[in-house]
Amino acid sequence: MITPRHGAIALAILLLVTLPVWVGNHYYINIASQILLFAVFALALNVLVGYGGLVSLGHAGLFAIAGYAGALVLQAGHGHLAADLFAILVTLAASAVFAVLALRSTGIGFLMITLALGQIVWGIAYRWASVTNGDNGINVTTRPAPFGLSLSRADTFYYATLLVFLLAVLTMTVFVRSPFGASLRGTRDQARRMTALGYNVWLIRFLAFLFSGFWTGIAGLLFIYYNQFISPQVAALTGSAEVLLMVISGGTATLLGPIAGAAIVVIMKNVVSAYIERWNLVLGVVFVVIISFMPEGLVPGSVRLCRWGWQKLRARRNGVAARPAEEPSP
Amino acid sequence: MSVWVLLAVNSIALGGLLFLLSAGFSLIFGLMRIPNLMHGSFFMLGAYFGVTFLDKGLNFWLAALLSGLAMAVIGGVIERLLLRRLEGQVLPQVLLTLGFAFIIGDLCLMIWTGDPWQPATPRHLAGAVQAFGIFFPLFRLVIVGVAVVVAIALWLMVDWTRLGAMIRAGVDDPPIARVVGIKVSRLFTLVFCLGAALAAFAGVMGAPYLSVYPGLDFEMLPLALIVVILGGTGSLLGALVGSFLIGFLYNFGQAMFPDLAYVILFLPMLLVLVLRPQGLFGRVVA
Repeated sequence: MITPRHGAIALAILLLVTLPVWVGNHYYINIASQILLFAVFALALNVLVGYGGLVSLGHAGLFAIAGYAGALVLQAGHGHLAADLFAILVTLAASAVFAVLALRSTGIGFLMITLALGQIVWGIAYRWASVTNGDNGINVTTRPAPFGLSLSRADTFYYATLLVFLLAVLTMTVFVRSPFGASLRGTRDQARRMTALGYNVWLIRFLAFLFSGFWTGIAGLLFIYYNQFISPQVAALTGSAEVLLMVISGGTATLLGPIAGAAIVVIMKNVVSAYIERWNLVLGVVFVVIISFMPEGLVPGSVRLCRWGWQKLRARRNGVAARPAEEPSP
Repeated sequence: MSVWVLLAVNSIALGGLLFLLSAGFSLIFGLMRIPNLMHGSFFMLGAYFGVTFLDKGLNFWLAALLSGLAMAVIGGVIERLLLRRLEGQVLPQVLLTLGFAFIIGDLCLMIWTGDPWQPATPRHLAGAVQAFGIFFPLFRLVIVGVAVVVAIALWLMVDWTRLGAMIRAGVDDPPIARVVGIKVSRLFTLVFCLGAALAAFAGVMGAPYLSVYPGLDFEMLPLALIVVILGGTGSLLGALVGSFLIGFLYNFGQAMFPDLAYVILFLPMLLVLVLRPQGLFGRVVA
């Protein structure tokens, strides 16, 4: 059965696949690649934040671990396949360590522990210069060429990213609809009841963390291939905050939300950086504005604010006629 | 031999500084359960205020007090106008305080530029004291002394005064505390201001020793965090012990394993989390 929803999805995929054709310019194709790779990252974090109710502020650490692991193996002269596999394994192991420690607690405790763990990764990347090259970072000289197709061009890289992105969306859809996804939402809403029903709440959260870590690692690899460079800046708290902003600005616990959020944040960052050097300031102000005025997320929030403003405007325009009706008669 | 003694003195001094920083964090995060991610920013902004006052020729202690006062006002305004509306909502509180941390960090970079500021140690606190045939830098001892005084004052306040009893009552059971006539909301604002002021005061005390530079905020925040997690949330004694533990680990780690000093710092926190999640001196919350 074909519903309008299917039509919309088909149209979106069609638009994404033909994007390099109708965009043309390399600069914009690269921005589209950036949006897609950060969308993968945001989708991964959303597993924990949206569906698990576990807010992590250390995901930039996992993202950077994948990036550094891949970059280091490549630097040692090994192939791309070995580097990618190694990076994913290391990221999964790191996710397991993060999860075991952070899941000692939930709520604020979870958040603070992940923050501290993320800072450890940053500290290692920054201070352990003999391995990570410190602030100078590591260059990734080549992009992979799967099946003889070089990804060094903007459009081929875009297609590779799109493929990974679609795979991520697909697995997320399956995950959300699976019994496991339902049980994760159960641990978010009613942890005690889930325990009473015989579910192992800890294990569900642990596996969700690994799932999130896996896609974070994939996103981290895409990132080093896109940028061809990694430095401690990637692991900084700003990185974790940015991806969290992507998740909450689009609306948590939805599939489309983090994707829209990634698009908003990446576009905003590129536009802002073109004019002023104050990205952190803008990021902070956006956080404060979202929390204070549109707690439901940037997209639904702006719609509501616009509607509210429009109604005010209209009420003022024909105010004389409208007002007496609203006021209760004495 | 004397190298180790000097290292130990430095460790104690850093511990004192960390206590000043994390005592406020312990009040705000441990007692009031507000995940205040701007605490490092309070420290840094306070330090910048301090160096500016010192630059104007103010007395060191006056500069530290004024900076604390200014930060109390800023913290109070943020708490009263924004944080208060998010009572009990962890994620929005985190995002709001994180947002302000970024704003404060970037504003500091704009105003005080990216160069580090290191005020000279005040003249009457410079120099060294000789004891047991070893010279100890006076200023570091002063930091420890101030930390001990603050620790005792806070302990007396929280555990032995009417105000402290009201704060504890407000934390344990806000509705009942309100019923018996305690203005919990006003009290919490007061505690938040106190925590912010302590962080700023610590920033000024630390300025001649650590210097002030961009990024100091997010370097100090995790330190306050590990001290509080280590010591147990809400426990001042825990914060004190945790501070000195971290002070020692930091200095000795830096001397012995310079590459991994930052990691060593977090090891006790991880150990405590695994073995004793409520922290060394934390209460088990039912």
